[in-house]
Amino acid sequence: MIPQTFEYTAPKTLDEAMALLASGGKPLAGGMSLIPMMKLRLATPEHLVDLGRIKDLDYIREAAGELHIGATTTHYSVESSALVRGKCPLLSAAAGAIGDPQIRNVGTMGGSVAHADPAADYPAALQALEAKIVIRGAKGERTVSAADFFVDAFTTSLESGEVVREVVVPVEQAGTGTSYLKMPQPASGFAIVGVAVRVQRSGGKITLARIGVTGLSNIGYRAWAAEKALEGSAGSADDITKAAALVAQGIDANSDLHASADYRRHLASVYAARAITAAASKA
Amino acid sequence: MATTIIQTEKLVGKRIRRREDPRLITGTATYVDDMQMPGMHHAAIVRSPHAAAKIRSISIKAAAEAPGVVAVFTGKDTEKVGPVPCGASLPGLRVPHHYILAIDRVYLVGHPVAVVVATDRYLARDAADLVEVDWEVLPAVADPEKAIAPGAPPVHPQWPDNVAFVYNQEGGDVDKAFAEAEVIVKQRITSQRLIPSAMETRGVLAEWRGADRQMTLYTSTQVPHLVRTLVAGMLGLEENRMRVVAPEVGGGFGSKLNIYPEEALMGFVSMKIGKPVKWIESRRENFLCTIHGRGHVDYFEVAAKKDGTILGIKLKLIQDQGAYHQLLGPAIPTLSVLMMPGLYRTKNIRAEVIGVFTNCTPTDAYRGAGRPEATHGIERMVDILADELGIDPAEIRLKNFVHNEEFPFPTATGLTYDSGDYAAPLQKAMGIVDYTKLRAEQAAARKQGKLMGIGICTYGEICGFGPSPATPAGGWECGTVRVEPSGKVTLLTGSCHHGQGEETTFAQLAADELGVDIDDILVLRGDTAIVPYGIGTFGSRATAIGGTALYYAMQDLKVKMKKFGAIMLDSHDVSYANGQVVCNKMGKSVSFKEIAAASYRAMKLPPNTEPGLVSTHFWEPPNFTFGFGAHIAVTEIDPETGQITVRRYLAVDDCGNIINPLIVDGQVHGGVAQGMGQALWEQAVYDDNGQLVTGEYTDYTMPRAHMMPWIESQHTTTPSPVNPLGVKGVGEAGTIGASPSLVNSVVDALSHLGVRHIDMPLTPEKIWKLVAGGKN
Amino acid sequence: MKINLTINGKKYSPDVEPRLLLIHYLRDVAGLTGAHIGCETSLCGACTIEVNGKSVKSCGMFAVQADGADVLTIEGLAQDGKLHAMQEAFWNQHGLQCGFCTPGMIMACKAILDHNPNPSDDEIRHGIEGNLCRCTGYQHIVNSVKAAAAVGAGR
Repeated sequence: MIPQTFEYTAPKTLDEAMALLASGGKPLAGGMSLIPMMKLRLATPEHLVDLGRIKDLDYIREAAGELHIGATTTHYSVESSALVRGKCPLLSAAAGAIGDPQIRNVGTMGGSVAHADPAADYPAALQALEAKIVIRGAKGERTVSAADFFVDAFTTSLESGEVVREVVVPVEQAGTGTSYLKMPQPASGFAIVGVAVRVQRSGGKITLARIGVTGLSNIGYRAWAAEKALEGSAGSADDITKAAALVAQGIDANSDLHASADYRRHLASVYAARAITAAASKA
Repeated sequence: MATTIIQTEKLVGKRIRRREDPRLITGTATYVDDMQMPGMHHAAIVRSPHAAAKIRSISIKAAAEAPGVVAVFTGKDTEKVGPVPCGASLPGLRVPHHYILAIDRVYLVGHPVAVVVATDRYLARDAADLVEVDWEVLPAVADPEKAIAPGAPPVHPQWPDNVAFVYNQEGGDVDKAFAEAEVIVKQRITSQRLIPSAMETRGVLAEWRGADRQMTLYTSTQVPHLVRTLVAGMLGLEENRMRVVAPEVGGGFGSKLNIYPEEALMGFVSMKIGKPVKWIESRRENFLCTIHGRGHVDYFEVAAKKDGTILGIKLKLIQDQGAYHQLLGPAIPTLSVLMMPGLYRTKNIRAEVIGVFTNCTPTDAYRGAGRPEATHGIERMVDILADELGIDPAEIRLKNFVHNEEFPFPTATGLTYDSGDYAAPLQKAMGIVDYTKLRAEQAAARKQGKLMGIGICTYGEICGFGPSPATPAGGWECGTVRVEPSGKVTLLTGSCHHGQGEETTFAQLAADELGVDIDDILVLRGDTAIVPYGIGTFGSRATAIGGTALYYAMQDLKVKMKKFGAIMLDSHDVSYANGQVVCNKMGKSVSFKEIAAASYRAMKLPPNTEPGLVSTHFWEPPNFTFGFGAHIAVTEIDPETGQITVRRYLAVDDCGNIINPLIVDGQVHGGVAQGMGQALWEQAVYDDNGQLVTGEYTDYTMPRAHMMPWIESQHTTTPSPVNPLGVKGVGEAGTIGASPSLVNSVVDALSHLGVRHIDMPLTPEKIWKLVAGGKN
Repeated sequence: MKINLTINGKKYSPDVEPRLLLIHYLRDVAGLTGAHIGCETSLCGACTIEVNGKSVKSCGMFAVQADGADVLTIEGLAQDGKLHAMQEAFWNQHGLQCGFCTPGMIMACKAILDHNPNPSDDEIRHGIEGNLCRCTGYQHIVNSVKAAAAVGAGR
């Protein structure tokens, strides 16, 4: 229950933060994963750099057909934002599925994606949205796709001294339907399996399908084979079942107390079929 | 002197809001961790990371030199403190010596090996990391059936077979029953290990005043007097020099019906450092070091006639005791044996209980304590028998119930069921859910490929623990009624409620019995310096026994009041009514307040009249009370995922007379939630090395609000003849009724697929596999 | 580290170690023991308070993070000796038994109505998803929130 001692700084600007991180500080965002780990002494950072005081990181903005979500924007802000609900409902659905109200009030977009928990909700949605992660480092900024950002369990393409500055998602176009469905691990609320789907329909056919999956394996991933199977199809029940059967193809599924690998794979197909059906009905 | 008769409204039976709540809803109640004392120190305990290991050496140097640290103690220092007691006695019971700190070997993960004492809780925690233990890790065993298989690592080397005890009980003629049987059904049924998880973890604050030779121990317990007697003994302290206070207690469910090493350890530390010292259990410690419940593997056999009449029951019960016996551990499975006939007439039973040592947390009383396991077993077996014979589960129960004219009914296990109408709650429940219509709906649903189940459980509950011969440390309770000079009434009870609401229900009883305003009544409990003695709150006993003790104390008190009233009215013919003593001839009366004042003022007392108005009664019950009821669960299953939806949950409980229906509803809801937790979600899982995999709330699934269905609570009322209040008990009813009704419901939903039994918890994955593959 | 914060309308300016959890500051230093500690994984919600108007688990936050914040705990809920409608509802509906989860639970329930003055049963149940109660089976808690909503406890 009691963390080890550490040094604490709360810079007011991102530049100050970058300097502190360059000298070995560890970023503290909402702390919803980090602080419990510190209390159990599973994490023992020597210097915490609190990003929570940096004012210009907490925002949701629309520009050039995209939504920009600042790193310290809370899940609650994402979930409840009229802008996100209207223009990117998949993201607000994923935000609303995270943890519990108190956690959503404190946990942040940047903190969650940087932590890269393999059972977190955002990775599925960000994969399906083909989101971009804007990374700030000592040498400036770079942008990577969600597909490239998530590398392994609790591992991202962030390098030492770098932080997530913002996440960029496309504004949903007309004719798009989305859905995020998840079976929560009953004790922790994390996903045993979560599937995010974004489809577009035109002329009676599915013209675009993006499927992000979380909980199943070491990272949230894009189910490319399923997407391919769905695109160009009429989106019939049979098409959906066939495509959904491919979501776990080639995936080395997790197995733990709460679900075996076989069950997880099976659930991924079931949840994919349901999420695709729900998304397609809105497209 | 007044002459009017005040007709007070009766409070027993009313849904009145609780009198203990104002402090709890404003955050001003005082739990152990809320207490601060001048000079108070903090303790952190160093525990074993291994399930079995020898201690080669312990180095405390770095810890002792750390900032804020005033002392570090290891097993060598505490060796002379008496062992953690086991109060259960069975023939041939093997009781390992349970040191408060390990000496040279540890037997479970979490085993305490050292205590670090510092001026601040953060510094104590830091220094605990600096205690270095050189371990020689040994093989461990965590599964009770594996533990008694040949070649298993011995938990305690002196008993290589890992058998803690064997207990046999038999009634009637079992061999004849099975020989005459037209059908015999058999099933292995487990009742998995559970973690009680009261929301307040344990905590102890010990304050030793050496010059006065006085110890005060504040501890989160259900049984303060037992803690006083036993911990004083462990510390070699005279019992009257020890005061134990259970301040506000944040739930127990049996887990605080115990004596724990840390209670004696904090006493020891305080005596050594001469300062108050506090230890608060972390949740992880709570999961590892506070008792677990259940841990059964039951092999049931039921013999019956083709018409469904049950002829006899056999049970082989393997019970996981863990590494040590805690206070009542070995007694718990014997309660399962007592309840194995359930509500049924069969007179032929045979049980063999094998208590097994494992390198796991000790098991002991957890809400229901032996009865949920027994009820789960028999209620599953009755459904299996019904399925075998093609008889409706409701019908087979109605056929086998003890008949109303048979009460008091002596059971094959030596109990005497006090009173009952066992068909009544089942018939009421069937009426409420429209059972016939539900079955028709189920048949129609099946035709459409939908999975819907209807599960029934009819249970009996041993309440009111209990007659002293059947209860270690005595089964009576003590109640004191003290009328203060101003006429205010103070009730002292040996019961030690921790959420059950007796500050309200006992006040309701007293208000009616004495005819005084409820606002003039205060209920005190939980302090050995205030209450004469007490057994405590557990086993659905507080109202039936603690309430009855107060009832009789109030009868004594009324006799005293009449005596004073007679003196004041100068009459020999008086009666007590509605808070007054009335002269039967003249109609004149003296009020409660006037009598109280006069009894203490003692101006005109005849010789040999004792002043004051205090009555104490120790009540020994002549029998247990036996609550009963019927629960019906309607479930639906998602065949693709195996997820279960509880569509309807109805509890019809008969707990005898009800004092406060609002509180009874709360007990039923909470009990059902814990039973549902066992049925659907909860399990303490150990790996082969004895590591607790479900060591935090991240992996141990507690029922949360969004997981719980609406619970309908109804009653039938059959007063108990055992006590003058006619009450039985309801604390454990919900837990006992819930798991069988839910499992029966889910098995029923899958029965057409050939499924006959599923062990708990009913995880979606288990259900999915059964749906996908049929059979179990 | 010196911090400034307002708790239940009163200003505090303590000097705290960075690692001091907000719950420990409230309980052990400020003497506000209403919020409780029920776990170390921030999953039980017994420590729920409001920081700047939002319900948070005070065991999942360092006191230094609350520098400049406006904090409301269970002790600050009643005004001028009058219980908050949610407290009154918990009392009337028997929304508590042992009382240990209650301060956090009441704060979480208050937050539900702050956002949604007339929640459905399902919304109430999800609103207290982060708060464990081992005694009540939650049913009387749900009733409490409904009763508080009925008297207009939501903003």
